[in-house]
This record gives sequence, C-alpha cells and structure tokens, in this order.
Amino acid sequence: MRNFGGKVLFLDRDDINTDEIIPARYLTEMTKTALKPYLLEDLALEEFDAARDLAGVGAIVTRANFGCGSSREHAPWALEVNDIHLVIAESFARIFRQNMFNCGLMALTLPPEAIDRLFERFGAHSTHVAVDLQRMRLNFTADGLAEQVPFTLAPFDRALIEAGGWVEYADRRY
Amino acid sequence: MGLTIAEKIFDAHRIDRPAEGIEAIRLDAVFCHEITTPIAINDLAARGKDRVFDPGRIKAVIDHVTPAKDSKTAAQGKVLRDWARRHGIADFFDIGRNGVCHALFPEKGFVRPGDTIIMGDSHTCTHGAFGAFAAGVGTTDLEVGILKGVCAFRSPETICIEITGRLPEGVFAKDVILSIIGRLGVNGATDRVIEFHGPVVDAMSMEARMTLCNMAIEAGGTCGICRPDRITVDYLWPFIESDYADRQAALEAFKRWWPDPDAVYADTLSFDVSGLEPLATFGYKPDQVRPVREMGDVAVDQVYIGSCTNGRIEDLRAAAAVLRGRRIHPAVRAILSPATPGVYRQALAEGLIEVFMTAGFCVTNPTCGACLGMSNGVLAEGEVCASTTNRNFPGRMGKGGMVHLVSPATAAATALTGRLTSAGELGH
Ligand code: SF4
Repeated sequence: MRNFGGKVLFLDRDDINTDEIIPARYLTEMTKTALKPYLLEDLALEEFDAARDLAGVGAIVTRANFGCGSSREHAPWALEVNDIHLVIAESFARIFRQNMFNCGLMALTLPPEAIDRLFERFGAHSTHVAVDLQRMRLNFTADGLAEQVPFTLAPFDRALIEAGGWVEYADRRY
Repeated sequence: MGLTIAEKIFDAHRIDRPAEGIEAIRLDAVFCHEITTPIAINDLAARGKDRVFDPGRIKAVIDHVTPAKDSKTAAQGKVLRDWARRHGIADFFDIGRNGVCHALFPEKGFVRPGDTIIMGDSHTCTHGAFGAFAAGVGTTDLEVGILKGVCAFRSPETICIEITGRLPEGVFAKDVILSIIGRLGVNGATDRVIEFHGPVVDAMSMEARMTLCNMAIEAGGTCGICRPDRITVDYLWPFIESDYADRQAALEAFKRWWPDPDAVYADTLSFDVSGLEPLATFGYKPDQVRPVREMGDVAVDQVYIGSCTNGRIEDLRAAAAVLRGRRIHPAVRAILSPATPGVYRQALAEGLIEVFMTAGFCVTNPTCGACLGMSNGVLAEGEVCASTTNRNFPGRMGKGGMVHLVSPATAAATALTGRLTSAGELGH
C-alpha cells in the first residue's frame, strides 16, 4: 500500500475540473511521469502558484465537486506522479473519484462543516495530515494545533487502496 | 425474472462480484489502437507487468493518425508496433492493412454474438450490432484487460428501444440514430445499455446496425446492442462455417443471447420512423438535431465522408448514387476516407472511387484522421463541415471549426450544392 498523507495544500474553491488539474494539451504524453511538471498548471485560483505551492505537498483539501469535467485519467496520474496520494473534499465528480481508487489513490469525502472547520483552523498554517486506516481517522497537525477527523471508506474502495489500485488488485485476484 | 441481452452475456462471463452492484467479467477480446494503448503499455512496463493475458484475444491497429504526421504520432505507432511484436499479437494491423478500428475488426470477423469486448475508445459500442457487449473504457481498465482479460462494470441496466414503421426512401440508419439521440439527450442513456429492437432494426443490414450502435455513446450509453439474427449469421458465415452444421444451426445457437420475453428494462421507448426525414445537427452537441429541410441556408467549406459511423461500403454506395455524373460545388473541399482497405477495394471494384474522384472528391487512405481533427482534413477557425462522423463538439475537427453531423447521402448532396442539402431536395 502507498503512503497516504503529508503536507496539505488547501484549494479553497468548488468545481475544480480535470482541465485545471492537467490541461488537455498534455494528453499526447505517453507516460504518467511525463505529466509531472504540469499539475494544476491552469488552476484558476487567486494567488496560487503551482511551482511554489506544490513543493513537498502530499495531500489536498478542497471544496465540492473536485475533478469534474473530462473523464481523463491523466488527472489522478498527475497527482500520483507528484506524490499526492490523498484528496479530501466535500464531494467529487463520479468518474474522477473512481479513477482515484482505480489508481490506488484515496479520494475521501467529508461533510461540509468538517471541511469548513479544516479551512478555518488550518487553512492559514503549514499543516500536515496522517491517515489512520485502522481507526479510520485523519490526524491533522500544525504548529500547536491538532485535530482528529473520522472518515468512512467503502469495502471495495478500501480493497483497491490496500492492493495499490485496480491493476494490482486484479493481477492478484484473477 | 427475465434477462436482457447484456444480463445474459454477464451471466455467461461473470467471474466475481468484487462489491455490491459491481461485476467482474471475463473478456473475449481486447481491442487496441495507438492513441490510448501506448500509455497503458508504458504503465504496465513501469509496474514490471509487461504481459498480455492472451495474444490471440488482443487485436491492435494503428488507425487514428496513419501514416504518422509528426514525431509524436510516429512514436505512438512505434510503441504499439513494438509491443505487438514483443508479445506475438498476430492480429496487428499496420499501414497497408489498417483501417478504422470499429469498421476493420468486424470485417475481420473478430466480433461474435455473446462476446465481451473492451477498448480504450468510446465508440467501442459499435460492436454491439452483433449481439455482443462491447464498451469503451479508461486506461486503468484497459491495462487490466490487457493483463488479465477481465473488466469490472456495474450490473447492466438496459433501455429497450423499439423502432417501428417503415424507413422512407433516402432516410438512413444515421438519421434514425440522430433522431433517437435528439429525443434521449446526450445523457439520456448514461451508464445504461441500449437494446435496439423492432421491424426496422430487423430489416437493417449489419452495416446499418453498426451505424445505429456506434452512436449509443452519444446518448451516454455504455453499449448499443442488436439481437443476433439471420442477417448476423449471413455476415459472419465465412468466419463461422466450420463451427456450425449450417446457417440455421448457427442462428439457433445465437438465439441463446435473445432477451427473455419478460426481461426487465429500466425504460422502454418506441420510435416510429415512417415520417422521418434526413436530419442534421445544428449545434455543438449530438442531440441538437433537426430536419435538413429546416436548417435554412447553411454554407459549408468542407464535406467529409468516412469514420466508424459511416465509412463502410453501403455508405459509399449511398453517397456515390447522389454524386454520379455530377461535380461538387467549386467552393467546397470534399474528402472521402473509406474506413478500411476492404471497403476501398470494394469501392474500386464497383467503380465508386471513379464517381467520387470525377465529382471532385479527394480520396484518402483509411484512417480516423479528420474525424478527431488530427490529420487529413482538419478545419480552420470559423470553417464549417458537413460530416458523416459522430461528434460535433467544439473544435472536434479542428479548433474553431463547426461540424454538422449528417448521413452519407446528405453529405454528398451538400457537396454538390455547397449548402446543407438532403438528397431528396436534388430529386433523389
Ligand atoms: S473514426 Fe472518429 S469516432 Fe471513430 S474511432 Fe476514429 S476517431 Fe473515433
């Protein structure tokens, strides 16, 4: 299984689409790693600077409907090759969410109030998140601050991340 | 409780239920082309899993951009070619033998009733015309298909569409499916299979059924399926004659895939096509459809006849019948891309290529090319094309270009007048 968690990037906007995650002009690339420099290149978010803000990031916390738009799997791949294995949002576009788990990555949904609270308490700080899969808790920490947030995971989604994605799951099981 | 065609196929192929409502099925074939497969190949290699489940069940073709137009497309072709060689994939179709995947593979006899097929291409639904379950998938699914011959789907829900009445002269399968998409909307069949039934479908050739099923995805459908019948048997006979005593025996065997009379459908719709006219799309979505007659005065810069929707021999015959002895409008560029070498040869033998060229058409090699705006007929900004393809999204055939989806007969008539025109308006 992968390592989930790490330094948190807060993206304070609804409806971040897959074109913003990885622009269509890079779809001709033939390997996942080739996508690495282009993650969030076109993100429409004030003061966001991909080169500066993505350094060392391991997880994203964002608002509603993350990953909407084109169904391209390049979006989770671009996250994966940047070592971002965890996205926490109020909600996800259906195909993007499935693509994340198919790639062995985690797309966790939290209630709007929980997301609000994370933005309020941690949004302005250098924050770290760790995933406790045994106790089903997310442990957020920042200088002097700490919070535990419970989450749920469907059995099939858990099986996919434990296997490292659909390819690994299927290769072992079938 | 009765079963639909897709449910029967799933029953016969199910190997697992990995989660509630999810079914893992065994695949009879995995189809591959050079746009979506190379990234799957490279990722499998990166995982140390550069294997294929069964080289005999993998069919691959270079079709989207061929001959290669630049270094990037050349590299894509090379990855597929090297992989096919490395794994002994015998059914690999390179330049000289290649054609548009969804026209070429059926022509080679690779699709049989009851089969399960995936491909990293949304128009894989075309192959449902043979009573198969065939679906377009993403790259991870394609990787698992290549590696294990397995794919997972939600338990299939089916919409039953009954097509009744009599198709008027000059109205084709393309017009029928455009009218159905117009009514269902681009999301009307999302995540569902569409079964096409009724006397109009029963009377259709396999080619017309492929046109019908090809555009199921434009209504969001996972697959379009027709019930295999005598026409299916006749089409497949050269490939299956050693498997069955006679055609009747093959038909009896194929009936296994017919839906039960009490099959449960998510929805049942009926379309009477007796009053149908030639149609065209008017906007940037395939459900924006109206009769060509009501389109007003729409000048076009280019006419394109080809693709997995309408690049087969019957399509070329329908267009040539309109063009014979005439010349295209001087302001129009007209392009014909026969979908496969077999179609091209047949058209040569029947003198159709002569008709197209005399009319002023450019005839290209078999390829997707212009259909997805990659080569052989890309539009310039602000240009308009009447096309027999299946997608009219903004920029589909070139940035800033506009596409009107039409039947081959309408495309031919439009080439003659330079304006969206149905063949009937020219006295056909
Ligand atoms: S002809 Fe067009 S729609 Fe058909 S497979 Fe090729 S690119 Fe896709």
